[in-house]
Amino acid sequence: MAGRRLDAEGRAGLALISPPLLFALLILAAPLLTILATSFLTDGYLEIIREPTLANYTQVFTDPIVRVVMLRSLGVAAMVTLVTVVLAFPVAYYVSFHVRPERKAMWLFLITIPFWTSYLIRVFLWKVILGFNGVVNTTLTGLGIIDAPLTFILYNVNSIVITLAHAYAPFAILPIFIALEKIDRSLLEAGRDLGESRLMTFWRVTLPLAMPGVIAAVLIVFIPTIGDYVTPEVIGGGKIPMIANLIQVQMLALDNRPLGSALAVTTMVIVALVSVLFLALNRRFLRGR
Amino acid sequence: MKANSGRGLQAYVILYLLFLYAPILLLPIFAFNSGTVIAFPLQGFTTEWFAQMWGNATLRRALSNSLTIAVSASILATCLGIFAARASTRYVFPLKGGVMGFIMLPMVLPEIIVAMSLLVVLLGMGVQLSILTVIVGHTLICMPYAIAVLSTAFSSLDRSLEEAAYDLGETKWGAFRLVTLPLVMPGIISALLISFTISLDEFIIAFFLAGNEPTLPTYIFSQLRFPRAIPVIMALGTVLVILSVVLLALGEYFRRRGNARIGGKPTGGLL
Repeated sequence: MAGRRLDAEGRAGLALISPPLLFALLILAAPLLTILATSFLTDGYLEIIREPTLANYTQVFTDPIVRVVMLRSLGVAAMVTLVTVVLAFPVAYYVSFHVRPERKAMWLFLITIPFWTSYLIRVFLWKVILGFNGVVNTTLTGLGIIDAPLTFILYNVNSIVITLAHAYAPFAILPIFIALEKIDRSLLEAGRDLGESRLMTFWRVTLPLAMPGVIAAVLIVFIPTIGDYVTPEVIGGGKIPMIANLIQVQMLALDNRPLGSALAVTTMVIVALVSVLFLALNRRFLRGR
Repeated sequence: MKANSGRGLQAYVILYLLFLYAPILLLPIFAFNSGTVIAFPLQGFTTEWFAQMWGNATLRRALSNSLTIAVSASILATCLGIFAARASTRYVFPLKGGVMGFIMLPMVLPEIIVAMSLLVVLLGMGVQLSILTVIVGHTLICMPYAIAVLSTAFSSLDRSLEEAAYDLGETKWGAFRLVTLPLVMPGIISALLISFTISLDEFIIAFFLAGNEPTLPTYIFSQLRFPRAIPVIMALGTVLVILSVVLLALGEYFRRRGNARIGGKPTGGLL
């Protein structure tokens, strides 16, 4: 009886989920499978030769340009993730622990507003802020703090990192905030009552309990930044490409779809591996306590 | 001691907010600056850039394209999202975790991969790139956000209300239309607004799938390399910021009203 009811419910659920599922299968799964299949084909002149090969992957893993760009993307994504999460944690902590409950929604709204404004214009404005005649440099030279414009933030990897750290700030703050909100406040009082200092209570109670939020933030920031296309294009003027730019160039400008597909698949695999690694770390971390 | 550390933290948070708001604060400054170069020192006050923006025919075409795309994609994404949110909050079905995870995948997949794979398939099938192809792509990436918002609305729904409707002789559809739908309506409006905002600002998919049709972000991108065109873009950005904030404030208002109606707590954020 129970089994049959579950079946009926299961069928109703499946019927209900089928429109969005079919849409996603058609528009997402089919193209992704096409890319996967294409990555094993040979690129011929003007057309793709249907001849299975691993040559594209060999090239992805041996080509020095691909390696430089791939390592740069990984480096930038790792750097952005570190900077964003470390900078975001105190903000999430402040909103969760120091803001009155009825004000919290307003604070979150305040934090998310910049994120909802034109991404392209925001990226461009960071170029303006950090540029040669930019806000930072003119202010610092005007105040007499520096003589010549700072060069380490000019149109390079550092400026890409700053721009992306800005773009993904809310993505880091929100999951950490949610994790902090879930912490039972009496645990902290217990820690304090048992003679721990504020710092030790934070270190041994708050931080471990907030860890799932931190891991979520790491993933939410890392995954899109490694595939970011706009920032290297606008800030670097196309001179410091990341993996997304390389995929686009192979797919369209050079019309080498098999190699472009292999790059896309490799990127997805790397992203998936990093995600699995972090999720495993999180699980081990939770079990360890 | 406590007050002290609290104040240090507060100072840091204010600095961080300044960092978050820096670009948006600069936007109107440059939009009203009469100098053509986007740099300090500022020249003088002008509204010329707004006038130029108004008279720009390509920009108007981009705006009308963007609005068509955003309205269509947000309606499609929300309709599909209602199915998914209802299914995931009300029913248990086989492979639920995997199916929902797959539908939510575009939220974490790099957009360039979504765009490129769709482009390869569309070109392979000989489909003409147009606004329609962008609508399809935008529906895909807006859907997870719509589902996230709608799931909150559906999950805080009291199931006994529907059961009462059944007991009073309503059909399943009747109960959904007369009881469930009005209760989740604020969530639906909020999902529509968030999808609309995402679509309006989406660049990558529009850039690769629109063919020759401009949308607002692709128009902006095409102008960024011409220094003379930048002040107009700053004016456009100012207008867009105001528009986004108004839309989001509306969405937040409806979400909270919905929460209040169901009896939830007025906490939580947009995501």
